[in-house]
Amino acid sequence: MSLKIVVLAKQVPDTRNVGKDAMKADGTINRAALPAIFNPEDLNALEQALQLKDAHPGSTITLVTMGLPRSAEMVRESLYRGGDGGVVLTDRPLGGADTLATSYSIAQAIRHLDGCDIILGGRQAIDGDTAQVGPQVAEKLGLPQVTYAEKVTVADGIATVKRRLENGYEVVECPLPLVVTVTGSADACRPRNARLVQKYKYAVTPAECAALDERRQALVAARPWLNITQWGVADIEADPEQIGLKGSPTKVKTVVNVVFQAKESKRIDGADEAGLEDLVKELITDHIIG
Amino acid sequence: MANFYTDNKALRYHLNHPLMREIVTMREREFSQSDKFDYAPLDFEDAMDSYERVLEVIGEICGDIVAPNAESVDTEGPHLVDGKVRYASKTYENLQALVQAGLMGITLPRQYGGLNFSLVPYTMAADLVSRADASFVNVWGLQDCAETINEFANDDQRERYLPRVVAGETMAMDLTEPDAGSDLQAVMLKATQDEDGTWRLNGVKRFITNGDGDISLVLARSEEGSKDGRGLSMFIYDKRNGGMTVRRIENKMGIHGSPTCELVFKNAKAELCGDRRMGLIKYVMSLMNGARLGIAAQSVGISESAYREALEYANSREQFGKAIINFPAVAELVALIKAKTDAGRSLLYECTRFVDMYKTIEAIGRERALTIEERQRAKTYKRLADAFTPLVKGMGSEFANQNAYDCVQVHGGSGFMRDYACERIYRDARITSIYEGTTQLQVVAAIRHITTGTYSAQIKEYAAGEYSEAVASERARLETMTAQFETALEAVKAINDPEYVTFHARRLVEMAGHVIMGYLMIYDATNEPDLFLKSAKVYVNYGAAQVAAHAQFIGSFNPADVEAYR
Repeated sequence: MSLKIVVLAKQVPDTRNVGKDAMKADGTINRAALPAIFNPEDLNALEQALQLKDAHPGSTITLVTMGLPRSAEMVRESLYRGGDGGVVLTDRPLGGADTLATSYSIAQAIRHLDGCDIILGGRQAIDGDTAQVGPQVAEKLGLPQVTYAEKVTVADGIATVKRRLENGYEVVECPLPLVVTVTGSADACRPRNARLVQKYKYAVTPAECAALDERRQALVAARPWLNITQWGVADIEADPEQIGLKGSPTKVKTVVNVVFQAKESKRIDGADEAGLEDLVKELITDHIIG
Repeated sequence: MANFYTDNKALRYHLNHPLMREIVTMREREFSQSDKFDYAPLDFEDAMDSYERVLEVIGEICGDIVAPNAESVDTEGPHLVDGKVRYASKTYENLQALVQAGLMGITLPRQYGGLNFSLVPYTMAADLVSRADASFVNVWGLQDCAETINEFANDDQRERYLPRVVAGETMAMDLTEPDAGSDLQAVMLKATQDEDGTWRLNGVKRFITNGDGDISLVLARSEEGSKDGRGLSMFIYDKRNGGMTVRRIENKMGIHGSPTCELVFKNAKAELCGDRRMGLIKYVMSLMNGARLGIAAQSVGISESAYREALEYANSREQFGKAIINFPAVAELVALIKAKTDAGRSLLYECTRFVDMYKTIEAIGRERALTIEERQRAKTYKRLADAFTPLVKGMGSEFANQNAYDCVQVHGGSGFMRDYACERIYRDARITSIYEGTTQLQVVAAIRHITTGTYSAQIKEYAAGEYSEAVASERARLETMTAQFETALEAVKAINDPEYVTFHARRLVEMAGHVIMGYLMIYDATNEPDLFLKSAKVYVNYGAAQVAAHAQFIGSFNPADVEAYR
């Protein structure tokens, strides 16, 4: 059985290689100083999608990403690795969205796709670390969700998911369609493929196409697989009240730089019961336990 | 998150050499394939852009997967299980990444699923993989053998085998036998025909790199009663048919990840590749030239890793209150490693372009009649390729050894311990000047181009080039070095004894090599002073001293003393 697979992915600043210019004076991220990359756990999700496609020939992988117009690069990255196409959700009113508005917008986009059997995304993005968007998309679409996935297989309309837990793993089953968020301990994503890189390097959104020379524009026109879909608010029929800043109840009040400092250590002699009691009291007072 | 392509600007520089426009335009048959293949380039810029993008993919795989796996591969090595080779576990991981990335059959035509890339980016890929793990490049790089099938096998064989190589099956070339090493004319492995015409192989091969590969090219004696090279033919052995077992995997000093096998063929079914009797004379020569270029790339990759390890250690290790790079003796070692790496690489890509030029013209010649001018150009470039291949294999592999030695030296006592990569690099480097023809045999191949003047003519071309003011003194010294080389050559020729030429051959070849690499370095420094000016100066200083030493040796040598060396 072939599957319609959707992969949710986000373009993020590469916070793993943070230099001294990474933060602005006001405490926000200086996106210009950090290269934009494919969110790492979304790559783990893409690999799970590719493995499902390998196991179910005829399946298609559609990448959905919301962000700046340059997020089209995300769709190309997925094409280079074996994806089939994608949607770039970009529009000024979508900007400034928190996780609630983002998941609403993405859910609206998914509703406008030609159906889907399984939606995969990374557990969380390295810029916000919220891990909220995947589960919220599931809620908005009324779909079941499985989080912390390491391996996803599908047979007879049932997904079997291995979930990473703190001290081991569990295997759960869930009927399709569903949303799965994939964790970083899942298989790393396969490399870009030399042939696909050459086949898809001119895959562009309509706006990007306008910047190409005539010959390449003609190529894009002649090859449907080189056209990346770009959607705005109107295309997904979104409620203006639920998107962007307007639809975001989260407000950033202030951002504080936290510098971790080792505090003075305290030594408690635990040779007898009284000493142990002191230790427990100390831990409760400091809210370490209890 | 390392990328071995983007972190080495020299590669992009060599990729963009002016001759590439002609090479790529010919290889792409004037860019006529884009209607037929969705991944064929539209024009030259498109093709070069693709080369860059694909090299970035390779660089990423090398930096993130192959290099971090190298130590484990070296420690674990391959195992023999029921007559079959089992690679080290991380070797499979490396191979899977490169296969998934579509990096098998890089130079093969698109009709077989290949990328139809020029030899230059392919050689660059080998340079990158070798820097990451010099043993793994053997397993991956034997895809070279597919070129021989592409060039000499029939259409049916091409269609059956080449797509399998593209899909990731590995290859081997089975030439050496216990009594036929450098002297391949002595090959004994027997090829006989059944009544229905099926060929069968019987005998033993030894020291076969990746001997248990999926598809092997086997040199065998097809003409019963024959004694020399004219009785040898080339065969394709398909592992799927069985009949060959691995008797032993050698326990080697270095390149542990590369399985070196002793093979036993018992009535193994095989197919003739090309014409009978042409095995050694034509096909092995072609195979070997490709393989030698591969070893040259491996040598440059090893030199690059030696340079990086030496530089990093010299910058981080402190003694007497400062990093040891600040001591002139250490700085000189590191600078010399860098200069030899840069010079070897420049020669490598010069040679690769020569090979690419003539091979591409020859390939066109199999599709249509060549013009007189095209035939002439193919001939010119073939001669240059024949002259430069043993030069870059010989000197490049000696440089790799010297660089690995100096890299260990920079590390001091730590370099002698297994804790640092330089120890593995040192062991891995050692084979480069031995296999695919020892340095001494490279000299044998190169010396005729000394005496017939191929090198001298090319040096004249280089001397007539335009160079920047910044390398004016180096240029002047290169003219002096050239004169010393010519004088030494005349002195050797004047004795009029072929034995005497052979005696001084290594010295003469090295003199020509230093002059050629010196010119290549000042050319590079003229184009990209930031990248190459220092290396050009260091190299010419080094080369001039070497040439002077050889000039002195030859100039003052008493021919009667040859006897003392016997």
